[in-house]
Amino acid sequence: MELGIVVAMVLSGIFNASWLFLLSAGLQILFGVQKVFNIACGTIFVLGAYLGVTFVNIFLSGGLPKSLFIIPLICAGLSSVLIGPLIERGLLRFVYGRDVHFQLLIFFALSLIIEDIIRMVWGVSPRSTPADLYGLYGQIDLLGSLVPVYNFVVILISLMIAAATGYILIRTRFGKIIRAQADNSEMVEALGINTKRMGLKVFTFGTVLGTLGGALIIPSTAAIADMGAELLVLGFAIIVIGGLGSMRGALVGALIVGILRSITIMFYPELELFIVYLIVIVSLVYKPEGIFGKKGF
Amino acid sequence: MFRLLRNSKGWLLAVVLLILLVFPRFASGYHTYLMLTFFAYAIILLGLNLLLGYTGLLSFGYALYVGIGAYTATFLMSKFSIMSMEVIIVISIMISAILGSLMGILCVRYVKIYFAMLTLAFSSLFHSLILKTYRISGADEGLHVLRPYLLGFNQTEIPKMEFLAGSFYYYNLAVAVIATFIMWRIVSSHFGLCLKSIRENPEKAKYLGINIIKCREYAFILSSVYGAVGGALLASITGHVDSSVVYWTHSGSLVFMALLGGFQSFFGPLIGAVVYIYLQDTVMSITQYWRIIFGIILAFIVIVAPGGLIGVMEYFMKRFRDIKGAN
Repeated sequence: MELGIVVAMVLSGIFNASWLFLLSAGLQILFGVQKVFNIACGTIFVLGAYLGVTFVNIFLSGGLPKSLFIIPLICAGLSSVLIGPLIERGLLRFVYGRDVHFQLLIFFALSLIIEDIIRMVWGVSPRSTPADLYGLYGQIDLLGSLVPVYNFVVILISLMIAAATGYILIRTRFGKIIRAQADNSEMVEALGINTKRMGLKVFTFGTVLGTLGGALIIPSTAAIADMGAELLVLGFAIIVIGGLGSMRGALVGALIVGILRSITIMFYPELELFIVYLIVIVSLVYKPEGIFGKKGF
Repeated sequence: MFRLLRNSKGWLLAVVLLILLVFPRFASGYHTYLMLTFFAYAIILLGLNLLLGYTGLLSFGYALYVGIGAYTATFLMSKFSIMSMEVIIVISIMISAILGSLMGILCVRYVKIYFAMLTLAFSSLFHSLILKTYRISGADEGLHVLRPYLLGFNQTEIPKMEFLAGSFYYYNLAVAVIATFIMWRIVSSHFGLCLKSIRENPEKAKYLGINIIKCREYAFILSSVYGAVGGALLASITGHVDSSVVYWTHSGSLVFMALLGGFQSFFGPLIGAVVYIYLQDTVMSITQYWRIIFGIILAFIVIVAPGGLIGVMEYFMKRFRDIKGAN
C-alpha cells in the first residue's frame, strides 16, 4: 500500500473529524451545563447542510464570485443563532429539571419537527451545490494522492473554532461560568448568575456549531434528509468515547471516529457503521466514562 | 377470573372485549384491518411498557425486536416453508429470547441516556444490516409475507378480506388477550413489584436484597419476546416487511404510543396504540407532513400532560370525586 493512499486516508479521516467535532462540541457543552443529550443534533446538522445549499445558490445566482462561496456557507452556519433561542425558549425550557426521559422525548419531538420543516421547505430529494465548488480551491498533490484544498480549509476552520472554544472556556469569565455551571449549577445560581440565560446561550452555541458543520460539508456531499439518524449515533459515539461533557473528549473522540470511519470505508465499506457501533460498545464496556470523562455518570 | 367482574374496571374490560368481538360485524373492512394491527401493536407495547413503565428503562431501539419477529416470520414461511403460525410464534420467542439476553447483558448495566442510546445503536446496527443484505432482506423495498396457517388450517384459499376480518381477526384477538393476561400476571407478581421498586429507588431496592441487574435482564428478555411476537403477527397482518420496521422512527412511534396513552398504567400504552393508529391513519390521509404534527403532539404531551390520556382521565375523575365529596 503506497504511502500516498495512507496519507489520503488519514487526511480524509481528519476532514471527517473536523465536522464531527463541530457536531459533538455542541453536544458536550449542552450536556455539561444542562445535563441533557440533544437527540436532535443530527437533524440540526442536516438543517445546516440544507441552509448551506440555499445560501450558496442564492449567492451564486446573485452573480457573486464563485471563489467566495465559503462566505455564504459560514453565514448559513451562523444563521442558526436566530433559531437556537427560539427552540430553547419555546420548547426546551419546559423540561429542565424534569425526568431525563421526558427531556429525551422533547428532543426527539424537536428532531421530528425539524425534519418535516426540512421536507416542507426543501422537498425530499437531496440538494447540492454546483459540483465544481469542491475542487474550486484546487488540489494538493500529497505523496501521490490528490487532496482538495477545501478539506484543509474545513480542518483549519474547525481547529480555529476548537482553539477559540478552549480559550473562551479557560480564559474568559463567560467560559468559567459555563464550567462552573457544569460542575455545580446550584452554587452558580446562588452566586447570582442567571442560569436560564446561560442555558439559552449554551444551546444556541451548540446549535450554531452544528449547523456550521452541516454547512461546511456541503461542497463534498449532498444534503440528504436521512443523514440525521446516522449522525446522531456518530455524535453519541464521540461523546461516549471522549467522555460526557468534555471538550477535549469531543476533539479526541471526533478524531478517533473520523479516522476509523475513513479506514473502514477504504477497506470494508459495508462495515462502516458497524465499526463505529462496535467501538461504542467496547468503549462502554471497558471505560464507560470515556477518555476524559469523570466517573460516576 | 370472575373476581374481575366484581368491580367496575372488570366490567369495563368485559365491555371492551365484547365490542372487540363484534367489531368486524359492523365496521368496515378497512377499520377491521386497523384493529388487527392494533392487536399486534398491543402485544408490542405491553413489552415496551414492561421496560419503560415498570422498570423505568426507556428504549429507543425497541423496534429491533419487532423487526426480528417480523423477519423471522417472513423467512420461516418463504424460505423454510414453515407455515404454522404457532410454530412461527414459538421460534420468534426463542430467537428474541436469545438475542434479548445477549443484548440485555450489555444494556441493563446502564441507565437513562446510555440505555436509550445503546438500544438505539443496536437497532441502527440491525437496520444497516438489513439495508446491506438487500439481496436477502429486500432492504427498503421489503419482502412479501405469506399467509400463515392458523391452528393448522390452511387459509390461503379464502379471499383476503374475509380472512383478515374473519379467522385472522379472532386469532389475533385471542393471542392479544392471552398475552395481556400473561403480562398482567407478570406485573402483579413479586417480580413486578421488584421492577417497580427498582424503578423508584434502585439503591433502596439493592439494600432490600433485590438483584437489580438480574431483574432488569429478565424484564429485558421478556420485553424482547413480546416485541418479537407482536412483530411476527404484524408482518403476517400487513403482508409486508421492510427495513422501515426497525428504523429508529418506528421505535420513536412505539414510545410515542406508550406516552400518549400513559405509560404509568397497565392499559395506558394499549389505549395509546389504538389512538395512535387511528390518528396516524387520519393525519396521513390529510397531509404527508405527519412528523411535524406528531412532534408537536409529543412535545405537548411531554410538557402539559406527561401522564398521557390515562393521566388526563385520572385527573378529571379525581376532580369529579372531589366535587362529589365536597357535597
